[in-house]
Amino acid sequence: MNIKSDALLGNHAQALQIWQQRAELLSSNLANADTPDYLARDVDFRKALSDATGQGNGDGPLSMAATQSGHIGGNNASSAGSDAVAYRVPIQPSMDGNTVDTQVEQAQFAANAVHYQASLAFITSSIHTMKTAITGTSS
Amino acid sequence: MSLLKIFDVAGSGMAAQSTRLNTTASNLANADTLSGSADTAYRAKEPLFSAAMKQSRGTQSDPESASGGVNILGVTESQAPIDSRYEPGNPLADADGKVYSSNVNPIDELVNMISASRSYQNNVEVMNTAKQLMLKTLDLGK
Repeated sequence: MNIKSDALLGNHAQALQIWQQRAELLSSNLANADTPDYLARDVDFRKALSDATGQGNGDGPLSMAATQSGHIGGNNASSAGSDAVAYRVPIQPSMDGNTVDTQVEQAQFAANAVHYQASLAFITSSIHTMKTAITGTSS
Repeated sequence: MSLLKIFDVAGSGMAAQSTRLNTTASNLANADTLSGSADTAYRAKEPLFSAAMKQSRGTQSDPESASGGVNILGVTESQAPIDSRYEPGNPLADADGKVYSSNVNPIDELVNMISASRSYQNNVEVMNTAKQLMLKTLDLGK
């Protein structure tokens, strides 16, 4: 699934995809809460979104200018690249090497679900705006 | 659609935790089992979990491989020493009049039971949330 950002949906489509992948990672963390030596991971949302929208790719405010032919451009990741996935710094590491803090993961998962629904709401309102513009009546 | 994968991940977590609950139930039920020799005495069973994922972070081309569920590598038997006691009247006693009890520690088992139960509930919550998000996504634009 790869929806390029456009004038209608903005970057909410990409954000939705990243929230989705983050939900998957956090669910993996929660499922492995009792697995020895499992290292909890999370998505760096800012990095993932700038990768996905191409802002870190030459035209964003924080990108480096390629002034010579030998300069290498940023990676052209169209989804939340694995670069944005990092290991969580444990607050209370346990003796079996597991770094999942169930409460932290639960809180992050809940917040992630709310963010996902917020992105959905933004997309829905964009669609409603467009519908109103097409039909001339508020649906 | 990675929301669908959450069902697999949480499902594997639930399967792992229910295996753990199963072994706990077996251990508690057999906590007072006696046996005629140390070899046949009941030993506490413990499931061995491992993360079902590709090494470290997954590849650039397939970032979704970075997450995964839980594998149950197997069920191991506790190597804690078996208690023996002198009970010549017991029909199971060996030639020396000894019977061998299990090496189950009921306190450990109760702790395991609570932990498994909580982890199972966590996975159920994750699955419920994923289901709600998917249903909301299906309603997109309405």
